[in-house]
Amino acid sequence: MRSLLEIADDELVLGWRDSEWTGIAPLLEEDVAFSSIAQNEIGHARALYELVARERGTTADELAFDRAPDAYRCSRLVELRLLDWEKTIARHYLYEQADAERLERLKRSDDAEVAGLAAKIDREEAYHRMHAQMWFDRLHGEPRFTSAVEALRPFVDAGRDEHTAELSELWDEMTMVRRSQPAGTKW
Amino acid sequence: MIYEVFRQERKGQAFQHAGSVEAADHSFADVYAREQYGRRGESTSLWVVPRAAIIEIDDFVDELNRNYHRVDGYPLKEKLKEARDRARNALVARDR
Repeated sequence: MRSLLEIADDELVLGWRDSEWTGIAPLLEEDVAFSSIAQNEIGHARALYELVARERGTTADELAFDRAPDAYRCSRLVELRLLDWEKTIARHYLYEQADAERLERLKRSDDAEVAGLAAKIDREEAYHRMHAQMWFDRLHGEPRFTSAVEALRPFVDAGRDEHTAELSELWDEMTMVRRSQPAGTKW
Repeated sequence: MIYEVFRQERKGQAFQHAGSVEAADHSFADVYAREQYGRRGESTSLWVVPRAAIIEIDDFVDELNRNYHRVDGYPLKEKLKEARDRARNALVARDR
């Protein structure tokens, strides 16, 4: 369940980061595609939070929005606020590779519900991988892209106990609406 | 590059033009077409074609107005109706 929460936090935070490109992606078709990927990631986060929430007697919303930033289990890779397209694509590529590996493991889980959800998520991720791969093939060998990949690669296995200041900033934005009402408000 | 996208709603049906996507190459066109015309379950299959590969024909000259070359030169519907009426009347006349 701990690892499910890690994946859920990764997907939620990455979904938020990716959605920052909505309306300003380099071309219209990409705007639609990348926004939809962002939306998928948040959908995956919700499904995973629901599994964890049931176990812990809480709700998906409470897990997603009511923890303090330092209680999140996401990787620093997804926290970074990347303002350049080649960096965003570099992260996308690195993330999808790592995500594919852990989904493979999860699909073999003894818990049928977990394995089933992993398989379901993986069917959508296959499309994300295709999208990441086509950009990788396109930008492969471009110095700006290569250095972005190299700069971000160390974040892939960097551990989850420490977070960046960028996560706290994102958390402020992400939870602003929810915090605007007293705890326990039904939305 | 512009790619034209055709989609098939159900197996066995004819493909119909759905719209177009702008993409750098075939693999981008593949991903963008899926995204815009396939991910909501609205299509069973897509044809994605570079616009340049389409042969467009739009010059149909008919200088001498030879409308007998056209199907609309023969309004069959009216003639069929007349023929049916004649046959029916003939039957009625015989049975009388």
